[in-house]
Amino acid sequence: MALLEIENLRTYFYTRAGVVRAVDGVSFSLLAGETLGMVGESGSGKSVICYSILGLIPRPPGKIVSGVARFGGIDLLSSPNRQLRAIRGKRISMIFQDPMTSLNPYMRISDQLVEPLLVHERINRSQAFKKAVESLEEVGIPDASSRINLYPHQFSGGMRQRVMIAMALISRPEILIADEPTTALDVTVQAQILDLIKQRQKDLGTAVLFITHDLSVVGSFCEHVNVMYAGRLVESAPTAELFYHPMHPYSASLQQSIPALHQKGQPLYTIPGVPPDLTLEVQGCPFAPRCGHAADICREQKIVLRDMTFNHGTACVRFQRGELASSRLASAATVL
Amino acid sequence: MSFLVLNNLKTHFRVYRGAIFRKEIGRVKAVDGIDLQLRKGEVLGLVGESGCGKSTLARTIMQLVPSTEGTVFLEGRDLSRLPRKRVRAERVNFQMIFQDPYASLNPRMTVFDTLGEAIQTRGKLSKKALLGKVARLMDTVGLPANQMRRYPHEFSGGQRQRIAIARALAPEPKLVIADEPVSALDVSIQSQILNLIANLCRRMELTMIFISHDISVVKYISDRIAVMYLGRVVELGSAVEVVENPLHPYTKALVSAVPVPDPERESKRKRILLQGDPPSPMNPPVGCSFHPRCPFAIDLCKAARPELEEKQPGRFAACIRVGEI
Repeated sequence: MALLEIENLRTYFYTRAGVVRAVDGVSFSLLAGETLGMVGESGSGKSVICYSILGLIPRPPGKIVSGVARFGGIDLLSSPNRQLRAIRGKRISMIFQDPMTSLNPYMRISDQLVEPLLVHERINRSQAFKKAVESLEEVGIPDASSRINLYPHQFSGGMRQRVMIAMALISRPEILIADEPTTALDVTVQAQILDLIKQRQKDLGTAVLFITHDLSVVGSFCEHVNVMYAGRLVESAPTAELFYHPMHPYSASLQQSIPALHQKGQPLYTIPGVPPDLTLEVQGCPFAPRCGHAADICREQKIVLRDMTFNHGTACVRFQRGELASSRLASAATVL
Repeated sequence: MSFLVLNNLKTHFRVYRGAIFRKEIGRVKAVDGIDLQLRKGEVLGLVGESGCGKSTLARTIMQLVPSTEGTVFLEGRDLSRLPRKRVRAERVNFQMIFQDPYASLNPRMTVFDTLGEAIQTRGKLSKKALLGKVARLMDTVGLPANQMRRYPHEFSGGQRQRIAIARALAPEPKLVIADEPVSALDVSIQSQILNLIANLCRRMELTMIFISHDISVVKYISDRIAVMYLGRVVELGSAVEVVENPLHPYTKALVSAVPVPDPERESKRKRILLQGDPPSPMNPPVGCSFHPRCPFAIDLCKAARPELEEKQPGRFAACIRVGEI
């Protein structure tokens, strides 16, 4: 059963430079307890999807043009703010990329941690405080009962991200949205934080929507991956499938451009060109101008994500017509 | 003779407390005794976590930060003893590429102004000659020369980084230090810029120090890799060797923390998960500065700071347990 179901979401921004189609017709669902990765480059719309779900899009200039986000019998996109406030931080929580800018520097960690409890639950301050200490212990902060009284700047980057995770999970949400939670951290700390999220997810059964630009992080962390390009889903697949049998030239080339897979001296695989300008309306496939497999039909036909095998969908017109095979897109596995 | 020689280079920052009765309360030993030699045309990769002193080392070599101790010899001349004015004149020989191309380019100067100014640090040119040089330079870094009248905001992130690279190359430097030049870029753009840098190094025989926190990027581009931890080099060796067969436990952990983009191999591989964060460089642990986080630490590691020693031919590590682990 899908916990969260997004259907045909379109979020546009009306700017002076024109209409930016940040998210342009995206549908997917998140199952209870699963880890779903959203991968894409900056500007592909992955964060805007999350902000749309939580009603955090600044309006204006943003506007949700169409779409439904079904969660527990209601549509999040058309719910009044009052109803959303009861869900945000309680049933759906979010952690952000930079823990320094998302924590309030003027407030002690303790005050920031008990806030969601005092808002959402019938609980008094001392009970909430006790719960807050527990939640810090659960994310592996040593000496939690005394460190809870510190301010954010007294913590290191990795510790701050732990505090964010504790805060997001303190009300036992059903969904945790993690927007590039490790991008600002060192690799050794990234490994710790990923392990921690996995562990807490296992303990609590939370579904995780994991947003990242880094395909290699997804490989070990997510069960299912959605690949985004220019505001649309171009491929949706179980993680191993995506790596070994990619069905979209964009996902295949993303994989191939990871430096780790290259021998020294051999030129890195590159995707020519730059991501498209989202203020311009694209006729066919938005990736066509950069795609080595593009044909006339790619520039004409509207793209739709279609399941080719169980749970594995692609928006590549030529793949859907059987003109391309995964082996021709050259997966990373064959390069190794 | 080596092209660039660093001898016991140290950069310490004093930390004060109090506004009126300022009192030194400690020193951040950002760079704490580094010896390195670079051959001409060599690319040295410098890796380490944030706060380990990679950028301070770069800025010290560039003479942007005064060193506390030690020397920087570029082609036999000691840069750290040059008077301020001479450093400016010398800087045409050593240039830097910065991480963020949105911050490192002057938004009010066109590409022509930016590159023209950098070219003319070697001497004034006629307008015509300058135009030709700017056009050639833009061509070298893969930018259309007809866009030289544009401003930085008219370019994408990758193109801006190309401009920043062109600016660094403009005075025809002998040494280029690239400080995280691709970290701010998207994956698909990152590989374009890495290819460009690799090509330029080969074609122009540049000597380069390439700084990154991403060991897989560094492995791809450099001949040798130096791994830094708390202001010191803990491992040094050929790029492929250091990544594929690391000697120092910290390098092992660093390599194993990088996710492998292959779910099957990733699930099978053994990882060394480090505990905690890097300690403060103001108050580094006694003995080996890595011992509190090291899974292989023994009592002896707390006793004395291990020196960087040649453990295998051409491979250096600062760890007393290299043979045993």
